[in-house]
This record gives sequence, C-alpha cells and structure tokens, in this order.
Amino acid sequence: MNAALEPALAQQAGGERAIRARFRVDYAGFALDVDLTLPGHGVTALFGHSGSGKTTCLRCVAGLERAQEGRLEINGELWQDTAAGVFLPTHKRPLGYVFQEASLFPHLSVRRNLEYGMRRAGALEDRRAWDQAMELLGIAHLLDRMPDRLSGGERQRVGIARALLTRPRLLLMDEPLAALDLKRKSEILPYLERLHDELDIPLLYVSHSPDEVARLADHVVLLDQGKVVAQGPLVDTLARLDLPTAFTEDAGVVIESVVAEHDDGYHLTRLDFPGGNVMVARRPEALGRKLRFRVHARDVSLAVARLEGSTITNLLPVLVTDLAEADTPAHVLVRLDAEGTPLLARITRRSADQLRVGVGRRMWAQIKTVALLG
Amino acid sequence: MPLTGLDLSAIWLTLELASLTTALLLLIGTPISWWLARTRSRLKGPVGAVVALPLVLPPTVIGFYLLVTMGPNGPIGHFTQSLGLGVLPFTFAGLVVGSVFYSMPFVVQPLQNAFEAIGDRPLEVAATLRASPWDRFFTVVLPLARPGFVTAAILGFAHTVGEFGVVLMIGGNIPDKTRTVSVQIFDHVEAMEYAQAHWLAGGMVVFSFFVLLALYSSRRFKPALG
Repeated sequence: MNAALEPALAQQAGGERAIRARFRVDYAGFALDVDLTLPGHGVTALFGHSGSGKTTCLRCVAGLERAQEGRLEINGELWQDTAAGVFLPTHKRPLGYVFQEASLFPHLSVRRNLEYGMRRAGALEDRRAWDQAMELLGIAHLLDRMPDRLSGGERQRVGIARALLTRPRLLLMDEPLAALDLKRKSEILPYLERLHDELDIPLLYVSHSPDEVARLADHVVLLDQGKVVAQGPLVDTLARLDLPTAFTEDAGVVIESVVAEHDDGYHLTRLDFPGGNVMVARRPEALGRKLRFRVHARDVSLAVARLEGSTITNLLPVLVTDLAEADTPAHVLVRLDAEGTPLLARITRRSADQLRVGVGRRMWAQIKTVALLG
Repeated sequence: MPLTGLDLSAIWLTLELASLTTALLLLIGTPISWWLARTRSRLKGPVGAVVALPLVLPPTVIGFYLLVTMGPNGPIGHFTQSLGLGVLPFTFAGLVVGSVFYSMPFVVQPLQNAFEAIGDRPLEVAATLRASPWDRFFTVVLPLARPGFVTAAILGFAHTVGEFGVVLMIGGNIPDKTRTVSVQIFDHVEAMEYAQAHWLAGGMVVFSFFVLLALYSSRRFKPALG
C-alpha cells in the first residue's frame, strides 16, 4: 500500500491527480483551519472525534459550507478560491455525496431517486454505469420500492449508488455507517470495500471509527479541534507515537497480510506478512487473498524471551524503536519493529522499568487478539 | 324555493371571491413563507408580525385602512387611477385585494411550517445531485410541502368564505358585485327574514364543518425524509 502510494504522492508535485484543500472557518466556539494535500485517487479517511471538524471539512469540499477563506483544487481543476473570488456552487461541482442518513427523497421511488442525479448530470443513458451500480451495490431488486419500504442498510446502498451514478470526479462520504447498527454495518462494509477496489476516483471518507478507517482507507488525515494533527499513508500514520492522547487511547496498527494456510483440523488460518505471521480463527477467504487486520496496542504484551507454555500462540521477534507517553500516566506506548512491520504495544510503566524496555532492545511481542477487517 | 336569486348570486360571488383569493394567496404567500422559513434576517420578526396582524385586528380596522389607501386620495388609489383602473373600493377587485390581506396568515403559516419541517438536508442532497436552486424548489420542496399547500389552500378558501367585516367596509353591499353570503345573511336578518337567513347560515355551518372535517382527517404529515 505504501509503495503504491509513493509514485502518486510524487506526482502531486507536478500538480496532477491531487486534492489540495485549504479552508478556514470561524464559528462562535468552533474554528476549522486545515491545509491538505491528498492523493488524487484511493480512499482518504478524515478521522477524528466528534467536534474535530471532519464533517465541516467535508462540507467545505462539497460547497455546502462556505469557508471564509478557502482554496480547493481537485486533480487540476479549481473549484474554489476566495482570493480570486471563485466559488463553484455545490450543484456545479462534479461530486457525489453520501450523507450519514441515506436521505433518499421520500416522494420518489428508488429508481426515480437514482435517476434524479443521473438526469441532471447528463448520465441517464449510461446503461453500463447503471448495470455496474446495480451489481456493485446489489439493489436491482429494490428499484420499484419507496424509500420507507427499505431497511437502513438498503437505503444507504441506494444513497451510494445515487451518488455514483452522477459520474462524480470526487466521492464524499460522511460517516455513511454511523446511523446503522452493527449488523447493517457489516452488511454494507463489503460493498464499500468493493468500491475501494473498483473506483478510479478519489474518495474522501469521514469517520470516527478506527476499524472503518483501518479497513477502507489508504491515506488518513487525523483531525483534532479543527486542526490537522497528522496526515499520511494509513499504515505509517496509525503507528506514529507523537499523536495527541485523544488518539492513543485506541492506538493500534494496521497490518496487510496474505492468507497463507488453512488448518482445517483446528479451524485456524495463518496470515503472513513481512516480519511474521499470526494464526486466527478459520477465514472463508481463499489462499493468496489479501486481508487487513488491526492490532490494538493494548492487546500486545512484551517478553524478554520466547515464552513457552502460554496460550498466546502469536509471538513475534521485535526490536524496540521508540517509547512514548500513553493516555494514562500508568502506561507507556512502545513502538516496535517486526522486521519492517510496525507494531505498537501499550504496557504499564512499571513493567517497562522492570523489564528494562528501551530503544534498541530485542524482545518478543505476544499478540493476544487481532481484529480482522476483511 | 328556499333560496332566492339574490341568495344564489351571493353564493356564487362568494365562491368566486374565495377561489380567486386562494389562488392569489398561494402565488403571493409561497415566496413570503419560503423567505420566512429560510431567512436569518433581522426582518423575519417584523415581517412575520405584519403578516399575522389580521389574526388579531378587528376586520373593521383592516377594512378602514384599505378603504383609505385604495380610495381616490390614497396611495393605492393613485396608482390604480394612473393605470386607468379607477378606484378599488366598492368593486369586486377591491374585495379580492382586501381578502388577500385578510386571509394571508392562514396561508403563510401552514406553508411556513411545511417549509421549515423539510429542513436543509433534502435541499443539500438535491444540490449534490446537480439540482440548481429553482430546480430544487420545484422538484423537492413543492412535493414535500404538499400537505402544507393543501392545508393552506383549504384554510385560505374557508376563511375568505367566512369574512364579513372587511367585505362590509370596502365592498359595500352591491348585489352581484360585492354582496357575499355573510353580508346576505346580515341583510336577511335586518329585514327579519329569518327563514331565509336560516337556509344560508345553516348552509355555512354545514360547509364549514365538512371543510374542517376534510382538513383534520387528511392531516397526516409524512416524515420529511426517508
């Protein structure tokens, strides 16, 4: 993923295939001040807690919110520049927007909802895009229903299709899963992942869920109190130690792995990644499939020697590369390197002192659980 | 025959007046209500209060000022005379103008409520689907506010049918021109023709009851967005 992003980031210097956004918004009690340069393709997550300004930022990109000062350039097209008096109103911006609640027009059937945007974008005759959206989001059987006869998950899928069918050059999603329960979420996530794989336009995805971000994003922007705290490729950014405590409480890394072996006797699957492997409960994916998983810092413990006779089977040799404050004074965050794969461990300060955990020390990391994201 | 020719012509005139007034009110009231529902201007309060004045003022006060402003020496009178239309008091056109003022709050308030209930979201959604502001109004706001329009039309119509004071002040009592049912009932009572008054008054009670019945049983507002 990182390697794939680098040429794209290099290309940005040339002014192509990049999103450059600078917004300054001042409300009573809230200020947003961001300056972003994002890859012009792939999924970029705007990640932060509520009130961090991530939704306002997205609304500025869409032109739904008019920043007092702003400049926005999407893959070489200027959409907004307050200095030059340029402001493209929302309906003239070739974007697709998926709101938190699906917001289908209640007076129109699913088909007419979809056609509403297509007609205005001059895309009504595009049967190929239509068939693709039907197939991608699995909504062909819903076309003649009214929105109030759909489940929350179905509505959101229609909302995504409606946005896609306007042939957007930029797709914006504002916590599209937040209003759904766990079951509906897991119903939609695979569709979003397919979108991630098949979409050739940039997607800005607002979320406060680390799991969603870890699962979908290639690039991440961390926002806190209206300011950008960190931005960069997902794997590197999540493994950083210098983030504000708001983010360390839920700290963890994302690892990209390959399904390497199924053990049907014990119902286990081995996932390989550079630097080691982990065993997880049997996965349905075929051998060779890519699978992302997340390791929470709180699920990683450290030992000076390889522990025998433990129920924790996922052990990795690691090198301690950094230590930092955690979210409580009782804990420290340890950054580890498992032969190229970064890991984070959250351990007590007392253990760190007793085991003399220090930079440059070789240790064994025990991974209690991994959260699979595929 | 319980109803005389004069009664029938009063009924016909009343329906004509109420229909025309309602149509004009929907045309004029829609932009006013839209503005009131959406604006953050300081003028929202004052404008809203002016529109609502007929709710609290005696109809004679409204009638009096309309008579003065529409008369030969009033500003509206000057204007209509300069257009070669003469003056409006004691004409059907004058009654329509008076009724529009008088029934305005009954149209503006339900419309304003309906527009406010729609909120920003459907308009934002439409904008992200490339709909221009006018397009959004006609394809999203109007359909979603339809129950509000039905209520506004029914209330505007019924309230105009029921007006008396304004009609008497600016319409006088001219058969076929300005004599509405309410005035005709007054005439019957003045002339001690109670049987005639009963027929018209009873008719008004029945009419009003069914209008309100229709209104209350059809008042099933759907949630703004699905």
